[in-house]
Amino acid sequence: MTVQAWTFVLVGISFALYIGVAIWSRASSTGEFYVAGGRVPPVLNGMATAADWMSAASFISMAGLIAFMGRDGSVYLMGWTGGYVLLALLLAPYLRKFGKFTVPDFVGDRYYSQTARFVAVLCAIFVSFTYVAGQMRGVGIVFSRFLEIGVTPGVLIGMGIVFFYAVLGGMKGITYTQVAQYCVLIFAYLVPAIFISMLMTGNVVPQIGFGGTMADGSGVYLLDALDGLSRELGFDAYTDGRKGTLDVFFITAALMVGTAGLPHVIVRFYTVPRVSAARSSAGWALVFIALLYTTAPAVAAFARTNMLNTVSEVPYTQAPGWFKNWETTGLIEFDDKNGDGLIQYVGDAARNELTIDRDIMVLANPEIARLPNWVIGLVAAGGLAAALSTAAGLLLVISTSVAHDLFKKGFLPHISERTELLTARITAGIAVCIAGYFGINPPGFVAQVVAFAFGLAAASFFPAIIMGIFTKRMNKYGAITGMLVGIVFTAAYIIFFKFIAPELNSEDHWFLGISPEGIGTVGMLLNFTVAIAVSRLTPAPPVSIQEFVEEIRIPRGSGESHEVSA
Amino acid sequence: MQSTRQRYWRKNLQYLAVLLTIWFAVSYGCGILFVDALDTVRIGGFKLGFWFAQQGAIYVFVLLIFVYVFLMNRLDRAHDVDEVE
Repeated sequence: MTVQAWTFVLVGISFALYIGVAIWSRASSTGEFYVAGGRVPPVLNGMATAADWMSAASFISMAGLIAFMGRDGSVYLMGWTGGYVLLALLLAPYLRKFGKFTVPDFVGDRYYSQTARFVAVLCAIFVSFTYVAGQMRGVGIVFSRFLEIGVTPGVLIGMGIVFFYAVLGGMKGITYTQVAQYCVLIFAYLVPAIFISMLMTGNVVPQIGFGGTMADGSGVYLLDALDGLSRELGFDAYTDGRKGTLDVFFITAALMVGTAGLPHVIVRFYTVPRVSAARSSAGWALVFIALLYTTAPAVAAFARTNMLNTVSEVPYTQAPGWFKNWETTGLIEFDDKNGDGLIQYVGDAARNELTIDRDIMVLANPEIARLPNWVIGLVAAGGLAAALSTAAGLLLVISTSVAHDLFKKGFLPHISERTELLTARITAGIAVCIAGYFGINPPGFVAQVVAFAFGLAAASFFPAIIMGIFTKRMNKYGAITGMLVGIVFTAAYIIFFKFIAPELNSEDHWFLGISPEGIGTVGMLLNFTVAIAVSRLTPAPPVSIQEFVEEIRIPRGSGESHEVSA
Repeated sequence: MQSTRQRYWRKNLQYLAVLLTIWFAVSYGCGILFVDALDTVRIGGFKLGFWFAQQGAIYVFVLLIFVYVFLMNRLDRAHDVDEVE
């Protein structure tokens, strides 16, 4: 069977599976729609969290980024996993004890303020939309390359599927489909990784294989061979860093704290039955995430070695099939500058003749390594699973924010549960359409705004929630000014370097050498500082709030809801 | 009752301090600040700093969460604040 036939079959089977699961697990109440009735077992919730979290960026782009960045790619590996330690230790158990539906719920109740709730809702909606646009673009890439049916119908099919299970099933439907999607995506990631590890190093475990010797009998370590090859072509050695230490530090911190502050991740911990389940669920989530995240750097090193070996100094007319396939999508470009008909891929920009989009490395990897056709189809199905599961989780946050936080808790407090549920479904439907529009007409700035999502989550939610749990003295004045200062500073810095003066976006002009990707960490520190200073100068929160904080610190009584009146 | 809760919370904060110190040491310490120094040590094909940054830190993260789960479940029971089934 051809690659295309295999892709149709495997993608078709996986889509049928998701729809089946969605029908089996429909939601019938707002509780089920928002948090799956709070009854999801911790291991399954961990799996769903992993699928929710691992987006098209993790599945499709990350290994490619690492392949081109070498050791500097570690910021993503540590940044996107270390945040789970913060989540498990500092946030998840207490938010589960609090036991409502959303992050703005917590911020609004703890800080006894509609203003605080409103700021939190706006952040949640902005962060989620930023993210969802990126997912739909991922869906578009996979469809256009593997199914050759064009981006537009591809995105429409993706929208249809997400609409079906997110709108009908709510959190309950999403959770169980995400469990299925995790299985598909991890299988699709590991199979080619294991194949390639065996081919290149003779070791079945990629995590060990990439520290082993080449299977060609030379006895040279793979990473040494890769370092040598890179230097020979004028690139930096793969295992050396290029970014400044301080910048790497701040980017990693922004990604970690941002992860712990992303609303679609936090809300998953409302879905488990108990506080102790929230703790272990975060652990399981990280186990399932680590499976992919420890494989990714191995895939990156294999792909980079393979690519350098197969294209460097090869006559263009004899370039491998994958090279031609991707060239037609415009994601590989060759420009024979010196007219010798050979492909020169070198570090020196003036002599380099080959431009490769980083996003294609994972998708092209099985083809580069000449794996069987079904493996290539499997990778396409996995990429779609990753993009769709994340998109669904984000759409749910958007619809919950609008129906629950804006309407029920804001403008229209008297609507019935039925009306609220209907509003949530309609909002989810509208959000799917907007996301689809961005998938078909991707704004050029999708990649840039992802830094935004993490930076804003780091500079707004994380400090507000942490201080809400760990200090009883923090009041609404401190929390609100802290969030606003954090957001305004972070947003201003990113907007200045990414949109207003992109020509200045280099190390010489950055504040202390910190890139816009890492500035969320500074925003977070500012938020903490300002909030603590302001709260010391203004009245302490009411006694009922201090009792409320006492109460969320202990697990007992997690089954009950915790209404507070301020 | 109040003092039991305070003891529980203080113990919890101590656990957090120890676990988060380890969290910081393996990632920001071994993987970023001291990565070049550790890179002089080799284990198989890996330079040690590189290994921490791309593999080791993640394994330690997973372990830390499960140690925390174990410690807190024990602490909940010892201070009689655990959840009733």
